[in-house]
Amino acid sequence: MAELSDQLMAFTVLAYLAAMVCYAAEYAFGNRSHIGRAATRPARQLVGAGAPAEVVPPDDETAPPRDRGVLLGLIGVGLTWLAFALHLGTVVTRGLAAGRMPWGNMYEFILAVTLVGSAVWLGVLTRKPAVRHLGLFTTLALVVLLGAAGLIAYTPVSPLVPALNSYWYIIHVSTIILASGILLIGAVPAAMFLVRAGYDRGKRSFPYTLGAKVPPAEALERLTFRLHAFAFPLFTFGALIAGPLWAEASWGRYWGWDPKEVWAFISWVVYAAYLHARATPSVKRSTATWIALIGFVTMLMNLFGVNLFFEGLHSYANAGGM
Amino acid sequence: MPAAEPPPRRPNRVWALLRNSWRQLTSMRTALVLLFLLAVAAIPGSVLPQRAVNVENVAGYFRDHPDLAPFLDRLGGFDVYASPWFASIYLLLFTSLVGCVVPRLLDHFRALRTVPPDAPRRLERLPQHAAAEPRPDDPAAAAATVAASLRRRRFRTVVRESPDGTWTVSAEKGLLKETGNLLFHFALLAVLIGVGFGHWYGWHGNRLLVQGTDVGFCNSLTQYDESSLGPRLGAADLPFFCLRLTDFQASYQSSGQPKSFGADADVQTAHDGPWRPVEFTVNHPLRLPQANVHLLGHGYAPILRYTDRFGQQQTKIVPFLPRDQMLTSEGVAQFPDVNIDPKTNQRDEDLQVAFEGVFLPTVDPKGGATSVYPAERDPALFLTAYRGNLGVDAGLPGSVYALDRGQLANGQLKQVSGERPQRLTVGQSWTLDDGTKLEFLGTRQFATLAVRYDPTQPLVLGGAVLGLLGLMLSLSGHRRRVWFRVTPPAGSEPGAGGSLMEAGGLPRTDYPGFQEEFEQVVAAARGAGAQDERTP
Repeated sequence: MAELSDQLMAFTVLAYLAAMVCYAAEYAFGNRSHIGRAATRPARQLVGAGAPAEVVPPDDETAPPRDRGVLLGLIGVGLTWLAFALHLGTVVTRGLAAGRMPWGNMYEFILAVTLVGSAVWLGVLTRKPAVRHLGLFTTLALVVLLGAAGLIAYTPVSPLVPALNSYWYIIHVSTIILASGILLIGAVPAAMFLVRAGYDRGKRSFPYTLGAKVPPAEALERLTFRLHAFAFPLFTFGALIAGPLWAEASWGRYWGWDPKEVWAFISWVVYAAYLHARATPSVKRSTATWIALIGFVTMLMNLFGVNLFFEGLHSYANAGGM
Repeated sequence: MPAAEPPPRRPNRVWALLRNSWRQLTSMRTALVLLFLLAVAAIPGSVLPQRAVNVENVAGYFRDHPDLAPFLDRLGGFDVYASPWFASIYLLLFTSLVGCVVPRLLDHFRALRTVPPDAPRRLERLPQHAAAEPRPDDPAAAAATVAASLRRRRFRTVVRESPDGTWTVSAEKGLLKETGNLLFHFALLAVLIGVGFGHWYGWHGNRLLVQGTDVGFCNSLTQYDESSLGPRLGAADLPFFCLRLTDFQASYQSSGQPKSFGADADVQTAHDGPWRPVEFTVNHPLRLPQANVHLLGHGYAPILRYTDRFGQQQTKIVPFLPRDQMLTSEGVAQFPDVNIDPKTNQRDEDLQVAFEGVFLPTVDPKGGATSVYPAERDPALFLTAYRGNLGVDAGLPGSVYALDRGQLANGQLKQVSGERPQRLTVGQSWTLDDGTKLEFLGTRQFATLAVRYDPTQPLVLGGAVLGLLGLMLSLSGHRRRVWFRVTPPAGSEPGAGGSLMEAGGLPRTDYPGFQEEFEQVVAAARGAGAQDERTP
C-alpha cells in the first residue's frame, strides 16, 4: 500500500504538470477574443459566488469549443480533475498504509495541504468557470509544493509517536491543513490581482504582461478576500484554539513560544492585518493584497523554514532523518 | 438653532497635541503599523533560543557566540516575549484597540436601540431601486403587509405614516456583523487579561521522579529540579499533594520508535489522607486540585552499590539522562561520604569516589558506542572510576548528572580506572585498584514530570472561543437597509383603494450579493400583496 501511494504520488505530479502545460498552451496560443469577452463582462456576474444560481456560464463553456486554445484549457481542467483523483488516492493509500490519518509528518502534511488547495481550486472553477485562466498559476504552485514534498521531505510510512496519539491530532492538524490549503489557493488570485491591477494601470513589463489574460482585477480581488475570509477563522480555530488546547494537555502550557507557535502567531497577525486593511476604505486594495501575500510567505516560512532550520517541540513534523 | 456662535477660543496647545496623538493612535493606519511591528518583533524569538523555552540552548548560544550573546542579552534577545519593547508594542496595540472599539460599542448600543431612519426623499438615488408599481390594497394595508413580509425575513422594521397619506416602511438588517466584530475585539482583551493574570498567579515545577514507593515527593519548591512562581504567589501558596511512581510502561515499534508510554502512580491530596492509585500518560495529564502533572519523558536509573575500604556499603539509584532516541543515557554516580575511618570517624576528602559513563538499554552487538533499542534487551553500564575530591562540599550548585570538570583539571580528582570504560551487566561487580567494589544491582525507570497550574486558563479559552464566534459573525454578515414607500394613486381620494409602491436599498458594507437579495425582498413584498388579494 505504501508503494502504491508513492507511485500514485509520481503520477499525481505528472498529471498536474500535464494540466499546467495545457493551461500554458491555452495561455500562449489561445484566441484572445474569449478572454477579452471574459474581461469585459460585467464584474457582477463573475463574482456572484454567494449566488451560484446567478452565475451565467460564459458562452464559450456551453458552446462547443471552437478554437484550439479553449479546447486546450478544457483539457487542462480535465487533467486537473484527474490529478486531483490521483492526489486523493495518494493521500488515502498513505493513510491506509500507516493505519492512521495521513498527516503525521512534513511530507504527508504538504500532500494534504496541496490536496485541499486542489479541491478548493476545482470548487472555485466549477462555480466560476471564467477563472480558468488562473489554472496555469495554481497548478504551478501545486507542482512546486508537491515537488518540494517529494524531494526535501519524503519520509517512509511509520506509525505515530505517542505524543501525536490524541484526538487533537485529528482536530488540530486537519483544520490547519484546511486553512493552509485555502490560503495557498488564495495567494494565487492575490498575486494575479496585483499583476492585473498593474497591467490595468498601463504597466507592460514582465510580470505585468501576464495580466493581459487573467480575469478582471475586481473579480480577482474579491475572490482573494472570500478565500481569506473563509480560511482565517479556520486557521484561528486550528492554530490558536485547538493547538493550545492540545498543548495544554500534552506539554502543560497552552502557549510556549515554540518556533512553530511563533510563526503561527506571526501568520495570524499578518492575516488579521490584511482583513483590517481591506475593511479600511483609506487603504488601497493593492496594499491590502500585498499584506495577504506577506501572510502567505509567513505560512511557507512556518512550513519549510521552521521544520528544517529550527529546533522545537513540533519537530516530529520534520522531514525524515533531519 | 444656537442663538450665537461661541466666541473664538485659542486652542490649548497641550490639549490639542494630546487629542491629536490619541486620534493618531486609535486610527486604523496606526493599528496596522502596530500589527506589523508585532509580527516582526516576534521573529527574533524563533531565531534566538529563549530562556522561557530552553535555558540550556541559551547557555549553548553564550558558549558559541561569547561576543554577540551579552549584547543580544542586553536587548532582551533571549527573553523576547517578556522584553519591554515587545510589551510596549502589544500594549500600544491594545490601547489603540480600546480607543477604537469603546466608542464603537457605544455607537452600536445606540444603533441597536434606535429604529431604522425614515426613507430618503428620492429612493431612485439609492444603489438599488425598484420603480413604483400599483397595488390593489390601500397604502396603510400595503405598508402593514410589506412590514410583515420584511419581519419574516428578520429585518428590524418600522412603519411611518406621513400627513399626506404616504406610508413608508424602513427596514434594517445585519447589525450582528458589528456585534460580532466588537465581540471579537473585546474577547481579545479578555485573552490578554487572562494571560496577564495567569502569569501573576501561575506556577510550575519540573522534576525527575524515580519509580518506587520509597522515593516519592511532595509538592514544594525545594522538591523541584527547576521551578517558577508567579510574582503574586508565595512558596506557601502551592497546594498540597504527594506523588510516587509505582510503575512505568513503555512500548516500542521494532524500529525503536516509541509506541506508547504510561505512568502508574499513587497520589495523596490531603495530609494523612489516603493514597489512591492513578494513571497518566503523554496526552492525558494527571489533573489534581490546582495542579496538573504532565508526563514529559522517561529514562533509566541504574542501582549501584559501593563497598568501601572499611566494608561499608552505600546503595544509590542514579538517573542517567537519555541523549538519543534509543535511550543511550549519560550520568554520574557520586559517593562523597565513603571511606570514612570507623575508628576516627574522619572523612578523607581525597578518597571520595565517583563513576561516570553511559548506560545502554540494549548494547550494540557490533560494538557501537550507542544503544540500538530503547527497551532493556541487553542492558549494560560503561563506567570510568574517579577518586579524589569531588568538589561537592564547596557549597556551589553543581550538576548531579556530570562531574565537576574543574576538580579534574586541578588534579584534585583523578581517574583511577583504565583507558577503556569498564563494562558492567546486571549482577556484575567491579573491584577497583584499592580493593573497593562497585556492584550493578539493576535498574529502575524514571519519569520526568512537569507540574503546572494556571488559574486563568478557562478565561483565556473562553475569550478565544468567543473571539472566534465574533470573528465568524463579523466576516459573514452584511449591514443593509431597505425602504418601501406606498403612496395613494395620483388624483384619488384617500381611502379610495389601490396604491403605488416603490422601494430602495442601501448596503452599508461591501456586499456583492445585495442586488439579488433586494430583488427577492421586493418580489416577496409584492407577492405578499398579491397573495392577500387571492386569499379571501
